[in-house]
Amino acid sequence: MFTTGTSPSCLRVRKTKEKVGSKQGLKPILSKPAVLYTLQGTNCRRMKGIIGKKIGMTSIFDPSGKQIACTIIEAGPNVVTQVKTSDSDGYKAIQLAFGEKKEKNTTKAEINHFAKASTSPKHFVKEFRDYSIDKQLGETITVDIFAEGEKVDVVGTTKGKGFQGVVKRHGFSGVGEATHGQHDRQRAPGSVGGSSYPSRVFKGMRMAGRMGGDRVKLKGLKVVKVFADKNYILIGGAVPGHNGSIVLIQK
Amino acid sequence: MNAVAFVHEQLTPKKEFPKFKAGDNVTVNYKIIEGNKERIQSFKGDVIKRQGTGFTASFTVRKISDGVGVERLFPVYSPNIESILVHKVGKVRRAKLFYQRERSGKSARIKEKRF
Repeated sequence: MFTTGTSPSCLRVRKTKEKVGSKQGLKPILSKPAVLYTLQGTNCRRMKGIIGKKIGMTSIFDPSGKQIACTIIEAGPNVVTQVKTSDSDGYKAIQLAFGEKKEKNTTKAEINHFAKASTSPKHFVKEFRDYSIDKQLGETITVDIFAEGEKVDVVGTTKGKGFQGVVKRHGFSGVGEATHGQHDRQRAPGSVGGSSYPSRVFKGMRMAGRMGGDRVKLKGLKVVKVFADKNYILIGGAVPGHNGSIVLIQK
Repeated sequence: MNAVAFVHEQLTPKKEFPKFKAGDNVTVNYKIIEGNKERIQSFKGDVIKRQGTGFTASFTVRKISDGVGVERLFPVYSPNIESILVHKVGKVRRAKLFYQRERSGKSARIKEKRF
């Protein structure tokens, strides 16, 4: 998996990977290293993606009878509401919109923005940089951009857990024992900063606080099944967020 | 139709089994695939729980094998279940018979319900 990075470090990662690949007789990932320089400052590869809504989880059986837990996501159809190019915006991207929204809840600016793509107001809008599929303004993207068996990344917002202690939030194991006269220490965080040294609390010390509600990306989830006519996609395993929350599926 | 029902209509074949519940004595004929050979293994015991709803439901069968308690969990809609035979309908007062785990011999017997 390659993440964002400046071009030299990016190049290094690629080169080492290519070496390993060639040793095992695999194809090099990029045949033209020059491409890396044109993509500097952005993702090393072009991606495709879609906005969807998490429906819920269930399990299905594979041909060998193995039960696979999977998440149903209603993905798309997404409308391309803006196309950004290097000339007009300095970078390449497309903006996708998903989910209906009432016109009375939409500002005039937004209504006109969606009208440019000749579509109704949409609930959720997201920009994807360096989109790998060429699409024009107003065109739709459906779930069939993904195939069965493909590995995808899923981005979502985790369920909010409220204010939680260190045991739940950071996996601390509490202090001391349950018996031998101890009390009120089972879920305690312990010492946070020594008395003589350092005599202060270090920044970033893990303590109690708000938990959940974070943007989380799960990498390498498998596409189990795609129902293109219903816009459903089945993804192996769990996906962040509650049912009905917005998720991004990308590759 | 909701999404979960739609997905299972497409992917999970419907199956017809006799009705059974916790306390019943059943045989589950289960397909085992070894390499490219396929054979049927039967597991006979008492159902100690039925769990879940819809297409993800499962049940647990408990038997005493060579003096050792063995429990096996089967998904109801598993394509590997060939058939389920109900031998006895048990007379029990619970939906989950976990108390059976502490019992052995005479006290582990389940009374048969006679109609």
